[in-house]
Amino acid sequence: MTKSAPRGSTRLLRRSVLPGFRLSMGFSLGWLTLIVLIPLSTIILKTTGMGWDQFVAVGFSHRALAAYRLSFGTAAAAAMVNAVFGLLVAWVLVRYRFPGKRVVGAIVDLPFALPTAVAGIALTTLYAPSGWIGRWLDPLGIKVVFTWVGITIALVFVGLPFVVRQVEPVLADLGKDVEEAAAILGASRWQVFARVILPAIGPALLTGFALAFARGVGEYGSVIFISGNMPGKTEIAPLLIVTQLEQYNYAGATAIAAIMMGASFAVLLAISLLQAIMRGR
Amino acid sequence: MIRIQNISKRFGAFAALHGIDLEVQRGEFIALLGPSGSGKTTLLRIIAGLEFPDSGQVFFDGADVSARAVGDRGVGFVFQHYALFRHMNVAENIAFGLSVKARAARPAKAVIKARAEELLQLVQLDGLGRRYPRQLSGGQRQRVALARALAIEPRLLLLDEPFGALDAKVRKDLRRWLRNLHRQMGLTSIFVTHDQEEALELADRVVVMDAGRIEQVGTSEQVYMQPATPFVAGFVGESTRLPGGHLVRPHDFEIADGGEPLLVDNVFRKGGAWRVEGSLRGAPGVLEIDIDAADAAPALGQTILIRPRRSHQFTERAMP
Amino acid sequence: MNRIATSPVTERPATRRLLIGLALGFLLFFLVLPLISVFAEALRHGVAAYWASVTDPDARAAIRLTLLVAAISVPLNTMFGVAASWAIAKFDFRGKSVLIALIDLPFSVSPVVSGLIFVLLFGAQGLLGPWLMAHDARVIFAVPGIVLATVFITFPFVARELIPLMQEQGKDDEEAAVSLGASGWQTFWHVTLPNIRWGLLYGVLMCNARAMGEFGAVSVVSGHIRGETNTMPLHVEILYNEYDFVGAFAVASLLAGLAMVTLIAKSVLEWRFELHQPGARS
Repeated sequence: MTKSAPRGSTRLLRRSVLPGFRLSMGFSLGWLTLIVLIPLSTIILKTTGMGWDQFVAVGFSHRALAAYRLSFGTAAAAAMVNAVFGLLVAWVLVRYRFPGKRVVGAIVDLPFALPTAVAGIALTTLYAPSGWIGRWLDPLGIKVVFTWVGITIALVFVGLPFVVRQVEPVLADLGKDVEEAAAILGASRWQVFARVILPAIGPALLTGFALAFARGVGEYGSVIFISGNMPGKTEIAPLLIVTQLEQYNYAGATAIAAIMMGASFAVLLAISLLQAIMRGR
Repeated sequence: MIRIQNISKRFGAFAALHGIDLEVQRGEFIALLGPSGSGKTTLLRIIAGLEFPDSGQVFFDGADVSARAVGDRGVGFVFQHYALFRHMNVAENIAFGLSVKARAARPAKAVIKARAEELLQLVQLDGLGRRYPRQLSGGQRQRVALARALAIEPRLLLLDEPFGALDAKVRKDLRRWLRNLHRQMGLTSIFVTHDQEEALELADRVVVMDAGRIEQVGTSEQVYMQPATPFVAGFVGESTRLPGGHLVRPHDFEIADGGEPLLVDNVFRKGGAWRVEGSLRGAPGVLEIDIDAADAAPALGQTILIRPRRSHQFTERAMP
Repeated sequence: MNRIATSPVTERPATRRLLIGLALGFLLFFLVLPLISVFAEALRHGVAAYWASVTDPDARAAIRLTLLVAAISVPLNTMFGVAASWAIAKFDFRGKSVLIALIDLPFSVSPVVSGLIFVLLFGAQGLLGPWLMAHDARVIFAVPGIVLATVFITFPFVARELIPLMQEQGKDDEEAAVSLGASGWQTFWHVTLPNIRWGLLYGVLMCNARAMGEFGAVSVVSGHIRGETNTMPLHVEILYNEYDFVGAFAVASLLAGLAMVTLIAKSVLEWRFELHQPGARS
């Protein structure tokens, strides 16, 4: 069945004895096109179909700008928290032995398995002034619910496993011999960490950061309960899309979606460039 | 009975094989010997039908099998890392080739079972049929892989680095055993190796390959004693290059009055000889020579007079 | 312990305990407490109130719909995942990395946008809206829309799991089977499938967890019609916004229970079959 593939080094498919390429590839491409590519292309179609003025009026309104700032800002803050604590958790899981380690290792993936809406209402209840955690923070004047702090906490929840799961394997594969070599050469434990370990796991840590950040920018379910959704103050960009849709303003929703996706891709591209530089060093 | 005609193969920009021609007679035991990247495994896989040449043909008993699917070529293939099916026990692994035959051609269950038992005996693993591959040692896995390949009664047995993953002792035992099996069963076999000792010991004829080309085909005696190219002289056995393009094996030197003076840098025992490393006065590079261990070992810093008994000369242009 | 403590490549016991304490404290506050609070809030007014909320007709309709959506979308994406990973892992062709990137695309799209695209396609003002209207068919604010959005969101899960697994396993086993005369289907059923079954189960498990728990995308396309287009996560939202906290957390506790079962099954797969264990694949 692969006989029709053109010969020579320019051919698309290298001939193989295993069958089923056409069937599996055909089905995959068909399904990909139907479910992902065609639906996603509607964003581009709709965006190019609307006038520039309309695009700017909705996409760059004060309300929208405030929403982008909030979404990107809290996502970045949460990803930073996760980079630090995710690294810590990964380190502890890989390097130390302690009772209940397996359970802890399993718990790390909870945000992957727990529906975001459930996380959202649980976090809101915990951090509300009457909640288990909120009642200790409220007397100190720290407001979490209905502020950007609450949004960040929700995004820390959803983003944590991305960092841990990226860093863990790299940390585990990192040979003890390089650390031993550094120690023999007189480096302190902290120097070994900063000069030997951190550069080695840097790309993985950055990938984890990027994944957590990207997830945070688009996150909806865990945030809307804790954020309070005040336009201009605690209204995240995905919520603004929903609001536009509820008002049947498809064009407005699409404009905001297009800008968000564009900005996300730009950030991810910048991070992968940074990674390429780090790896090439 | 196997004829390979003008086979070429590229992987992208990399040319793996250039116009390979080779004939293998029935009952022969052939080694494809070469360094990694020489194309030997690609050639083996093309003969099996696992890989397809860009040009050229493969004939079995005069019939062009180039377009024939691997399952229809009737070859047994032993993979380098055995490729045993992990979820099947040993007996199921061995029986696989029979149990996937079309219903009409498939032997009865009892026959398949008996055949698997027979093969287990043949490879000296009787009673281990219910074990799983992970419960076996490397040498045992190797023999299961062989039994599985033999179950379909192939007319040609192909082995890719059959001993590559085994330790030295097991390797030696298996080699001898495989040689006997090949003779006993009247198989035609081709195996790939990068280990010259293995090739010289086992094969009726050795095919020495480098950079996608066949450098020489010959008996172990021929490739060792009459290397056709500088590459063969260098790759098969040890040799030292003298000024003027002569390649000399270490044991082809003798101590003789009127020879060249060699300044001894190092002496150690190697098998039944003293291996002497040193340099010729006025010439760069290290020379390796063997002298009879019955003689006294030369001292370090001593100068001895040596002369090649025999050498192979290639024109300077052909030198690597 | 002493030997480890004096090793040059680990920390002093005190530092070690401090780091472990910090990590566990962080996990306790950010992950464990929220999980516990779900069950605590659900049972705040006793088991009877909990039971009443869970067996409420609207809740039962939401549970049924969630199961239905998962039952449709998970098998579809499983078939896709197996087909895509077979094509990608067992064959060499141009544009492979582009294909892998495209498969991952739904991961980088906000759930809300994932819902939006189906509204743009099938909604009343959408590209196919008028045609659907003329044929009296509904996609948006109906079950087909929910299924589509869920399929989109969970699209990469199985493929993502299987592609690296099958690439790592290589083609040797399949080539051995084919060289022994097995047909394509025989090779797939007897050799490939047994090799990937645990990885496949793992992917299906994660795919299912997401399919049952998806909120944002489904929220956009569902229309929130009680008893009809409400999945469990949407039902949680409605109850919560109506200040029926016990009801909201009771339904949420079912989802949290599903999450815990998923985590346990996932961990068992990881330990038992060494999936995703750091270093285990070397």
